[in-house]
Amino acid sequence: MRTDDIGFRVSTGLFGALLIAVVGGIAVVLYTDAVSAIEKFGWQFWQTEIWDPIAGEFGARPFIWGTLYSAVLALLIAAPIALGIAIFISELCPAWLRRPLVFLTELLAAIPSIVYGLWGIFVLVPFTRQLEAATPPWMKALPLFSGPPLGLGMLSAAILLAIMVVPFSSSVAREVLKAVPQAQREAAYALGATRWEAIRMALFYARTGIIGSIMLGFGRALGETMAVTMVIGNTPQVSTSLYAPQYTMAAVIANEFAEAADKLHLHALVEIGLVLFIITLAVNVLSRTFIWSLSNPGRAIRRKVRPAAVAEPA
Amino acid sequence: MMKSWTRFAVAALVAAAGVTLAAQNVQINGAGATFPAPIYTKWFAEYNKAHSNVRINYQPLGSGAGIRQITERTVFFGATDGPMTQEQLLAAPGKVLHLPTVLGAVVPVYNVAGLSQELKFSGPVLANIYLGKITKWNDGAIAALNPGVTLPGSDIVVAHRSDGSGTTYIWVDYLAKVSPEFKKTVGVGTAVKWPTGVAAAKNDGVAAIVSQTPGAIGYVELIYALQTKSPYAQVQNASGKFVKASIDTVTAAASAAAKQMPADFRVSITNAPGDGVYPISSFTWMLFYQDPKDKLQAKTMVEFMKWALTDGQKFAGEMGYAPLPANVIDMEMKTLATIKVQ
Repeated sequence: MRTDDIGFRVSTGLFGALLIAVVGGIAVVLYTDAVSAIEKFGWQFWQTEIWDPIAGEFGARPFIWGTLYSAVLALLIAAPIALGIAIFISELCPAWLRRPLVFLTELLAAIPSIVYGLWGIFVLVPFTRQLEAATPPWMKALPLFSGPPLGLGMLSAAILLAIMVVPFSSSVAREVLKAVPQAQREAAYALGATRWEAIRMALFYARTGIIGSIMLGFGRALGETMAVTMVIGNTPQVSTSLYAPQYTMAAVIANEFAEAADKLHLHALVEIGLVLFIITLAVNVLSRTFIWSLSNPGRAIRRKVRPAAVAEPA
Repeated sequence: MMKSWTRFAVAALVAAAGVTLAAQNVQINGAGATFPAPIYTKWFAEYNKAHSNVRINYQPLGSGAGIRQITERTVFFGATDGPMTQEQLLAAPGKVLHLPTVLGAVVPVYNVAGLSQELKFSGPVLANIYLGKITKWNDGAIAALNPGVTLPGSDIVVAHRSDGSGTTYIWVDYLAKVSPEFKKTVGVGTAVKWPTGVAAAKNDGVAAIVSQTPGAIGYVELIYALQTKSPYAQVQNASGKFVKASIDTVTAAASAAAKQMPADFRVSITNAPGDGVYPISSFTWMLFYQDPKDKLQAKTMVEFMKWALTDGQKFAGEMGYAPLPANVIDMEMKTLATIKVQ
């Protein structure tokens, strides 16, 4: 019995260690394969805006910007929609409609990203172009909407990413809401809460999971490659304009890796991968810490939280 | 298909058992440029029909990958649309030979509504458009090349490739030859820093931007324009003539360049002299070690190349490539004989 336990512990422990080894291995390989770029550019790599394979000058800033900007925009669009879908399905939806809706959101998640990209090129981009062309002049004067109506650019990428992220976030958020104990809702009703108040209470109860679901969507938006590269215009520039063609880290790796015969170019691309790895890691750590601070009682947060938890009458 | 698979499986089993067959089975791997991939695939399939013991696999990963893999000896042969640089040749562990296989061309495609006839461009005008210096379709420089054509005053949307590509290499190689400023600010390579425009992956991505965006201009391979029946522009050549790309005008470019073909075949034939020459043409190359490690593969591949340079050339025209001029083939046959097969 005792030896069985030890064997079990050791073997599962090995699997756990394997995971750490894989992540560590990725970091090591990304570093060693990028070493000549890291040595040549140092920290400048994060700030330089130039990407010139001929002159051998490489900087990741436009790609970092493009990746974060597109992912944040996508999240701004996707989060309310995903949450709305999740709340409707778990709380308000008539039983006969629930199954088809769940099926459809999961179907969206199963569509390969290249198909999203094709749809983006042939449907979304022309639509965005018309939208951009119809922008009134006073709006075009704002930095957010400046530039010629190309269709290809940040706006198309953000919308497409949002559509791709919604099924992931909404599925997880739905499961989280489903896990809220029925007793919580019943208690709210018993205290005279309206339906909206009861749902708000459930949302609060499930807050960590909901934030987790949104962060899952963010992670997916950061790493999405094919669909984004097909609609974002692939131009390395830092611009706040939604109409400007831009570039993301994953897209530049996919686009240039096959033809990068020059060692420095190759290493710069791998370093972009390393930067993406670090940023993804940082985003995950930050969201974990955030969730942990929310779910860990006994801290200062508890005081802030209490009033809402009682589902006060509006 | 099924039959050849079965045969392959049986062959593998027999080989695994250590039995030597009368005609030894040879499997050869190569990787590189995507541009000639259709004809290479066709060649390998046709050659396999006549020599069932020879299987050549080709992975169209891109010219850069072809150079990388031959340098690392992970494949027997590589393929590229831009010749290896001196630096890259020195980095290889043995002497690498360039052998031209066929020729291709890159053509400008555009989307301007309501034109009475097809547009004509000159090299410097194309360079200035891609430098972002000519920004309107009714710019005086474009109008001067197209008398009698009413050009709109709309913006030019410049489209180029986002992926590193041999097509880009040929295009910028030409623009750099005709425009000193382009050479200085952009330079020549499979991926460059473009001063203007939007980018999409592959020929179809560029073609999609051009076909959807009013006022767009882009560049694609001739084969792609022919297959999709996209309209493309005439380009003024070094002799001042406006020439439309076709199998004939590309072959003319090769014949013009063949007179000064260097012994290592690493030559750019963009902007070649001659009246009927299309100026944005290029060879595409296969890469071999002069002293390959595997002698059986070497022998087989040399035999294959002899076939590709003679019988194989007749497939070129029908697939949108231009066949090699006769004197280039003669030179290559001599180079093939220097590959050490013993």
